Amino acid sequence: MSKRVALEASFATAEAARMADVDVVAAYPITPQTHVPERLAEMVANGELKAAYIPVESEHSAMSACLGAAAVGARTFTATAGQGLELMHEVVYVASSMRYPVVMAICNRALSAPLSVWCDHSDAMAVRDTGWIQVFCQNNQEAFDMTLWAFRVGEDPKVLFPVMIHFDGFTLSHVTEPMILPEQSEVDTFLPKFQYPFALNPDKPMTHGAFGLPEIYSETKIAQEVAFRKSKDVAIQGFKEFGDIFGRYYHLVESYRTEDAKTLLLTMGSFTETAKIVIDRKRDNGEMVGLVSLRLWRPFPFEEFRQAVKNAETLIVFDRCISSGGPGGPVSSEVRAALYDEKEKPRVVSFIGGLGGRDMSLSDFEYVIERGNEIAEKGSEELFETVGVRGKVTGIRG
Amino acid sequence: MTEKTEAMTRERVTGRPRLLIPQTAGFVYCPGCHEPLVARAIAEALEEMGMGDETIGVFDIGCNSFLLGMLDIDSVLTPHGRPPDMATAIKHVYPDNIVFTVQGDGGLLAIGADPLLGVLTRAEKITIMMLNNAVYGTTGGQMAPTSLVGQKTTTTPEGRDAIKSGFPIHAAEMIATFKGTAYSARGAVNNPYNYERTREYIKVAFGKQMSKAGFSFIEILVACPPNWHLSPIDSLKWMEEKMIPEFPLGEFKNVDKIE
Ligand SMILES: Cc1ncc(C[n+]2csc(CCOP(=O)(O)OP(=O)(O)O)c2C)c(N)n1
Ligand code: SF4
Ligand SMILES: [Mg+2]
Repeated sequence: MSKRVALEASFATAEAARMADVDVVAAYPITPQTHVPERLAEMVANGELKAAYIPVESEHSAMSACLGAAAVGARTFTATAGQGLELMHEVVYVASSMRYPVVMAICNRALSAPLSVWCDHSDAMAVRDTGWIQVFCQNNQEAFDMTLWAFRVGEDPKVLFPVMIHFDGFTLSHVTEPMILPEQSEVDTFLPKFQYPFALNPDKPMTHGAFGLPEIYSETKIAQEVAFRKSKDVAIQGFKEFGDIFGRYYHLVESYRTEDAKTLLLTMGSFTETAKIVIDRKRDNGEMVGLVSLRLWRPFPFEEFRQAVKNAETLIVFDRCISSGGPGGPVSSEVRAALYDEKEKPRVVSFIGGLGGRDMSLSDFEYVIERGNEIAEKGSEELFETVGVRGKVTGIRG
Repeated sequence: MTEKTEAMTRERVTGRPRLLIPQTAGFVYCPGCHEPLVARAIAEALEEMGMGDETIGVFDIGCNSFLLGMLDIDSVLTPHGRPPDMATAIKHVYPDNIVFTVQGDGGLLAIGADPLLGVLTRAEKITIMMLNNAVYGTTGGQMAPTSLVGQKTTTTPEGRDAIKSGFPIHAAEMIATFKGTAYSARGAVNNPYNYERTREYIKVAFGKQMSKAGFSFIEILVACPPNWHLSPIDSLKWMEEKMIPEFPLGEFKNVDKIE
């Protein structure tokens, strides 16, 4: 029997790693991720989890140790946030290029300076192009579910890519919510034992990650890219299998009350649940608004996204990150690019808010929808507008 | 007593160094933490040397970061582990000023071990002050390179097991073995005698910069009651019974010229 428990997202992802029976955890503490490695260290110490826990001396070393573990075919897990993910950056690329299906939880955190331990999506967006499969979670149940799913998809022989699970620092990582923990037997049905086909093995010597001369580098990268894009099919398959076993069906793009909606709001992460309340209120008022949320961020789910927004007139994208000097928030830029060649497409309006842990309340979401509709109708001088920033913000021009 | 009169009485008894910014509202340190005393020792040392206006402090991320707000000197906060690099560059631009870093044991010996090694290799004429509380204090008491064997931390809940995760680093002794080091000492601030000695160490270390002798280092043992899971009083006992025997106090190197 599955059981109902109360867990914060950090403990939820740690439980998932335990039920996935990971072999190696290498991690370095950073607020707000600390509860993840602490819980895993405790599980290893008290025998709940038979794994090697390696308390390395930095995030750069954490991911490097993960490479070592994955190279010999160990199921490998780590977690970090903000500055830690930045310090790890070099090795993040190496993990995907070497096709090591490491799974990593990110408790999203703003980047210095000024120093902030609170949430936004700057850390996630900085690793956007690193070749990791990436999903965003709306709540703590999803932090658990996506972690299990990450092992299933990343380790699939057709995929062999690492997977990042993003959940908002503090808002999810430190907030306790009710959720369902499944039976171990259900997890075992969903998640086969990890059999890395290219594990280093002294009986069958091989080389990983050798020098790529100009004659071969391009081919290597393009082959990686083709395989990466194909992983979307396994991502979908993984959600289906997950739903069939656990009863919770997920989609690459989640839609909420989008039927006949003229205006759609697009959010990622924990914003989504707050936005749903506002959508409900507006629907009760008879306003034709709905919500879409990108669950899969990489590889970008082009078809599913276009399908989800095709009937809307206005698409309001709410980013939690600045793409400095760029065309808008990073999500809004991608969304615009994804729609560019479409004949029929909604007008995209870009908002940025919730930086460095700034709370976004229901009234902020109401403002975004109302102001977004106004901009769609009358236009705005600014490339994007900000939410909840003191003072009048002007001068954001192309 | 109101907060104000209490603060005034304290000032009359002990005197407050001019460089120490009075802390009233928003004081972040835990009860029984020794780190604020280090700010006082630095302030007193600089004042006695008359160097308060000639000094630049480079602070790491960690509980020690907040010393930055307690000292009325030029100061800057770096990414975690990077103070030695930033201090080096500042010293190259201002060779006649005192440039020091304040870092935790984690910031210097774990994530910042590579900048430390670089500074030692190049014999940079800066001072590094490392606050050793045997844990990563800020992030909730995980194992640091200095954690004692058997010490319970949040990543070694059964106590640090030497077979699995090794032994504490003795930074002051290790740094003394580098030829470019002019000065290496370890102090504590757990009683007035040790406090006074530590302040003298700080003055000697800064003196090595003024005479351009070489690199100088001071390790300072500080209590961290919440992460030691002890009361402030019991932390003082643990300091005497566990920390100081493991990390003996004193000077490990003191030369006027490196060669
Ligand atoms: C790149 C990076 N990784 C991790 C952290 C999180 N972090 C902040 S302080 C700290 C530990 C500090 O320990 P220590 O240097 O011993 O200082 P203390 O808090 O004990 O004074 C860590 C790991 C960070 N700020 N940056
Ligand atoms: S956690 Fe420890 S080092 Fe940090 S302020 Fe509290 S007592 Fe001091
Ligand atoms: Mg410390």
